[in-house]
Order: sequence, then C-alpha cells, then structure tokens
Amino acid sequence: MTKTKLTRRSVMQTGAVAGAGLAVPTILTAGSHSGFANAPTGSSVTLGFNVPQSGPYADEGADELRAYKLAVEHLNGEGDGGMLQTFSSKALDGTGILGKKVEYVTGDTQTKPDAARASARSMIEKDGAIMITGGSSSGVAVAVQALCQEAGIIFMAGLTHSNDTTGKDKKANGFRHFFNSYMTGAALAPVLADRYGSDRKAYHLTADYNWGYTTEEAVRNSTEALGWETVAAVKTPLSQTDFSSYVAPVLNSGADVLVLNHYGGNMVNSLTSAVEFGLRAAQANGKNFEIVVPLYSRLMAKGAGKNVAGIFGTTGWHWSLENTAGSRYAGTNAFVKSFGEKYGFPPSQAAHTCYCQTLLYADAVQRGGSFNPCSVVEALEGFEFDGMGNGPTLYRAEDHQCIKDVLVVRGKENPANDFDLLELVDVTPAEAVTFDPAIFGGELGSCNPGA
Amino acid sequence: MMLGLNRKDASLLLIVAILVALAPIFLNPFPEQSGLAQFNAGYPDLMQRFVIFGIFAIGFNILFGLTGYLSFGHAAFLGAGSYAGVWMLKLLTINVIPAIIISTAVAGIFALIIGFISLRRSGIYFSILTLAFAQMSFALAASVLTPITGGETGLQTALDDPRILDGTNTTGNIPAPSIFGLQMGDSFQISVGGWLWTFNVGYYLSAIVMLSAFYLAIRIFRSPFGIMLRAIKSNQQRLNYTGLNTKPYMLACFVISGMYAGLAGGLMVSMDPLAGAERMQWTASGEVVLMTILGGVGTLIGPVLGAGLIKYFENIFSKINDNLLHKWFAFMPDGVEDFIVSIIYPFVGKGWHLTLGLIFMAVIIFLPGGLVELGQKVASIFKKKGSTPSNNPNTEPAE
Repeated sequence: MTKTKLTRRSVMQTGAVAGAGLAVPTILTAGSHSGFANAPTGSSVTLGFNVPQSGPYADEGADELRAYKLAVEHLNGEGDGGMLQTFSSKALDGTGILGKKVEYVTGDTQTKPDAARASARSMIEKDGAIMITGGSSSGVAVAVQALCQEAGIIFMAGLTHSNDTTGKDKKANGFRHFFNSYMTGAALAPVLADRYGSDRKAYHLTADYNWGYTTEEAVRNSTEALGWETVAAVKTPLSQTDFSSYVAPVLNSGADVLVLNHYGGNMVNSLTSAVEFGLRAAQANGKNFEIVVPLYSRLMAKGAGKNVAGIFGTTGWHWSLENTAGSRYAGTNAFVKSFGEKYGFPPSQAAHTCYCQTLLYADAVQRGGSFNPCSVVEALEGFEFDGMGNGPTLYRAEDHQCIKDVLVVRGKENPANDFDLLELVDVTPAEAVTFDPAIFGGELGSCNPGA
Repeated sequence: MMLGLNRKDASLLLIVAILVALAPIFLNPFPEQSGLAQFNAGYPDLMQRFVIFGIFAIGFNILFGLTGYLSFGHAAFLGAGSYAGVWMLKLLTINVIPAIIISTAVAGIFALIIGFISLRRSGIYFSILTLAFAQMSFALAASVLTPITGGETGLQTALDDPRILDGTNTTGNIPAPSIFGLQMGDSFQISVGGWLWTFNVGYYLSAIVMLSAFYLAIRIFRSPFGIMLRAIKSNQQRLNYTGLNTKPYMLACFVISGMYAGLAGGLMVSMDPLAGAERMQWTASGEVVLMTILGGVGTLIGPVLGAGLIKYFENIFSKINDNLLHKWFAFMPDGVEDFIVSIIYPFVGKGWHLTLGLIFMAVIIFLPGGLVELGQKVASIFKKKGSTPSNNPNTEPAE
C-alpha cells in the first residue's frame, strides 16, 4: 500500500509540534475567572441584535436594527444622545457601558424559533455577546429567552406582544418593555363597545402561534365581558400570504365584526383581502360591517395603504405622541429627531421598544456596576423610570413586564403624508391595564449568570 | 483488516476520526482578536451542526447514493426524531441517551410506514410521494398536532415537566440536557497565544455518534446488502426478471436511512432542546439533497463535506453585515470603499443563498462528482504520472 502519505516520521513531527503547543497554554473553563458567562475582558463589550431580516416580519426587523444602531451610537457618545437627554436615570454618560465601547453583532431570526436560536447561540458562543435582544415574533422571543436563561445571558425582548413572554414562559434573565395582549384587550374593548355598540358578533382570524392565541383570548374575553358574542375563531398559518380562502366565509357567518389577530405582513395581506371582498362596505345584522386590528403599527398601516382608514387597534407608542398628547410622553420627540436625522423618516413602535430596551439594559449595568446578569436583574426589577416616551413606567419585579400607558389608535381617513397614518383615539392609563402577574402561571426561576 | 474494513477504508475512517477529534483546533485558524476571526468556525454550536448534519447526509446518501431513489421528504424523519427526543427530555430524564435512542426508533417506525407506501413507485413518482408525506407531516406539526408539537412556537422543555427518572428539580431553572451529569453546553477552553480552542462535551458526543454512523455506513457500502442496493440502482427491472424481489432490500434501506435522520434529530435536540415544525419543511428536505450532491453522491465522505460547506455558509457568511464590510475595506478611499462594499454586499449576509447557489451551479457543471471529485483532481495534479487517480474505492461513486 503506497497510497497513504501518513508516515511514522510525519506523524511524530506533527505530534511534537502539537505537544510543544499544548505545553504552554493557560487552561480556562468558560468564564471561571469572572463568575459569569461572556464577561467582557477588553475595552469593548458586544451586544447581539437578533432580528427578523426575512419572513413576514422583515419590515419590523429592519426598523428594529436601525434603532439598535442608533442606540449604540448614543451609548458611545456619538450623535445628539437621543433619549439619553430625557431619560430619568442619568447613570449613562456617553462613554459606552461601564467605560467599555459598545459593539454589536447582528443575526437573522427568519421569524422561526429554530433559526433564531441557532443565530443567538452563535452570537453567544462565537462573538461573546453579553446580552441578546430582538424579536418581532413571540414564538421567537419565547424560544430565545429560554436559550438565554440556560446560557446565563440577559435577554431584552424586542417587539413581542404575547402574554406568554412574561406570562407562562417568563424567565428570570428575560425582560420585556413592550405591552402585551391582555393590555390590548383591556384598552381596546371599552373603545369598541363605545363606537360599535355592545351587541356585536365577532369573527376572529388568528395567527397560528402563541401571540395569536393570547391576543385572540384577550380580545374575546374583554369584548365578551361587554356583551359581544364570538361567532367563530379560525387559525391561519404564520407563513400564509393569501388569505382569500379565510376571508371568503366571513360575510355569511352571521358576524358583523372581523377581528384580525395578525401582525406585520400577515395583517397587510389579510386586511387587503378583506377589503377586496367588500367587507368594509358591507352590511350585516343591520349594521355596518367593521374590522378591528388589535395590534397596530405604522409600518403595517403603510403596507395596507388606504385600507386602514377608520380601523381601530392598539399600539405601544407613536412618533407623534408627544405633540398630540403632551409632555407626559417626553422623550418621544428627542428620539424621533435623532432617528429622523439619521434615516430620514420617523421610527416605528418596534424601533422605539428596541431602542428603549438597549438603553435600559445599559443603564441597569451602569447602575449595578457589573455586567453580571444577576446584577442586571436586580437593577431592573422594580425599576421606575420616565422620559422614554411612554410616561412614567415600572419594570415589574414579579414578571419582568413593563407597566405603562397603552394607546388606542385609528387609521386616518385623510393622511397628510406617508408617515402620518394613525390618529390617537384614546390613551388608556397604566392603572387601567395593570393585571395580576399570577394569572398566566409560569415561574421566573432564579437568575442564571452562566459559567 | 481492521474492524472488518479493508486498509483503504480503515485509513479513511482513521483520517476522519483524527479530523473530527482535532476540529476545535483547525476550525479556528485565525487568532481571536484578528479581523479574520469572523471566519473561525470552531465554536460549539457550529461544530455540533457540522457533525449532526453530517450524520443526516450520510444516512440520506445510503438511500440516494446506493439505490438512486431520491427522497424529497427526509426532513420529516429528522423532525419526527426531534419531537420524540424533546418528549423524552420532558417526560423521562434530562439525560440525552434515552432521547437519542427513542428518536432513532421513532424515525425508523415512521420511515417504515412512509417507505412501505412510497416504495410502490420509483423515479420521480417516488420523490413526489415522499415530498407529499413530508409536507403533510409539516402541516400536521405546524397546526393540527399543536398539543404534541407546540405548533409554530415549537416544542421546548419546561420547568414543570415530569422527568420521572430524575429527582425533583430544586434549582428553579430548567435543567440543561446532559449525559450522566456532564452538560452538553460544558466546554473546556485552552488559549494558546492569540488562539482560543473550545472543546465541548456536546460536540464530542455528537462526533462519537457520527464516527459510529460513518463506520456503519462503510460497512453497509461494502456488504452484500450494499451490492444488492447498487444492483437496484443500475437496473431494477433486470433484477426483478431474474426472480429476485427487490422490495425488502429497498424498504430496509429506506428505514435505515430514516433512522439516520432520526438519530440526527435526536442529537439536535440533545444539543439544544427545541424542536420547531420548520425542521420538517420541504426546504429542509431539499437542503440534505444539496449537501449530498455538493459533496459527491455515492461517495462515503462526500455528504459530510457537503453538510459542512452548507452549514459554514449558513452560519458564517450570513453574519457578515455591511458594517463589517466597511470595516474591512476602510483602508480604501471612500468612493472605492463604498463601491467595493456595494458589490460584495449582495453576496454575503442575507444574500448568502446567492453565493451558495453560484457554488452549487459551478460544482454541478464542472465537478459532477462534487467536492470529492475536486479533491481527486487536486490530488492527481500532485501525484506522479502512472498512478491512476480514480481507482480509489473510497470515493468511487455508485453507478
């Protein structure tokens, strides 16, 4: 046999070299020197921005990424500082976090839990990210949050609206600034009953994953409590792009309201379908047929065009909030200004929540004096702050959920421009949407520093 | 003879074993702080993926490479194995051994049923039947069977899972998958100079399983059973006319191949206890076909190489963003820099599929034998005249 070139001599040479190499090394097991996973050692610290860059929520993901980049600039003292000027905590000074320059890595969640976790794992293992943030799908948020809990990394949820994220699937290492389905139901139902009467029959189309379920449940419960009836609730796959077969049966079902528990590209497509089927002009049970979109965003309104005119929904934040509702929502204009100067258009609610989460994390590290996840958890639990565009806000210790005001909005009839698509109908104060953290079950567990 | 292998096979196995054992070192060729560290692949998650998808592709190649039956639904077995694995981690114990065994078995049963029906047809009809079954499984997993599969949210371990073989959990956290106390995520790191090497428990467990799977594949390729499968590929009709019933051989081959996929699924959830329905989607089935063809259909090592290449692209190239590109080309004058970045950008980051597609086309057109053929061509350049390059049984494609 002459084929093998692996001679005894070359093996021994290789072995000797390898042996010499192995004789010098310093041996360290993951993070043992610092007491927590991915402790930053150099002059910089890495954050992981894990957002959907493809799939039905790609628009939201792109806007989230813009906001993250802006937040990093502000943390490093570049630009005009944005909300750092209005934020009630003054711990951050524009020199990064604890004097370390902020760097970041990005990843694509593809709006799939599997892919999102793979992306997050590579950020943690390869890039040494100390915190993972992002979202736009609750399925993804819940999956990545569980991963971060296991790895001992902080997870700052981006746009995720399902009750589960800080409800039955809550984790000690995970935090959510965005509001949830329950709060949507509580804020929206009174407005709907007021405008449309209390004897309506609703038909739900629901995105088939955890966010859809909890939103449908929340809207059902709160509208039924005011006298509405639910005729049917149909689940639609998240990857669906053509909703005509789901919309077609609605008009003959006896319902007179269609509730679209859809978000992002799903909502744009299903609403367009509903309008094409003439639902908005239709009459049912002697009343005008109405459409409701529980979770609204400006990006969706833009995608759906003039179809959104007059349609009610809730939103976490809107760029015109400080101008229309007063200085209680300070911080809004500062953020809109620096975002607009950098990108040329106002930010969406997804961008807002992601920007806030990044600052809130940085602030918590700064106040706690350490990147250790347990120190961050301690600094965030029960933290009360203001000046971030939502009015006075509480990071609740029991479920790591932010409690703040919820906006009820309506699509504008005659928008002045491409961004002025939603008008504020009502602001539901935080007290009116607060709930008992125990109602969803689940346990936080204890904070995990990894290592 | 060694372990029932001839010398060439034995040395191939040995080389693969050495490569796999030292992967944490040579997959990190660039020092940690250098700009090229972006291209390092020696971190646990990706190394685990390399060997796990290697197993998946080896199993697929036993079916496609030997018999020529192109299954377009192999991801269904991977998914079935994954769900079975997570359920074992939830119900039985957090130790991964039962999860791996049961997921292989469940995928085997599933393959028996699908194979029994699909193998009534051959050629394109067989491919379509398997595709149909896989899409049905995906639809079931994504919505109808939500209580079992978790639907689009995926199936994960939870704090209040029974785990009847484990004691009561008092830590307040979900236990991490482990093997007799050693957690899959545990790593041992060595830093030499600027280099950092991570030796991860989960990786080495997967690597050992992969080597056993590879060994088994060699034995199947060289066995009378393997020869019968090749005979089916070259002319099934003639075999039938000689009075030989090929169906049992085909079914056995299909089930073995499905069990490899289930094994890969079981290992995947052992490394990261989450199973999502998209694991069963047709794109996932197509991916394993690509891996096999890219590496070299019918060769022993080809599918593993193909799996490695695709996973490398998916995980490394997809993470190069415009920010990084600007950093790399910062030394150029501004206008040139922007120009270069705008040319490269569509091929990295979100556009990694584009680059992969180009490579795939190049391979199919110029190297129908895949990466293995490339290896042979390179080797033949270095070899003296007179030695015949393609006489190597290790890399000989089945007809």
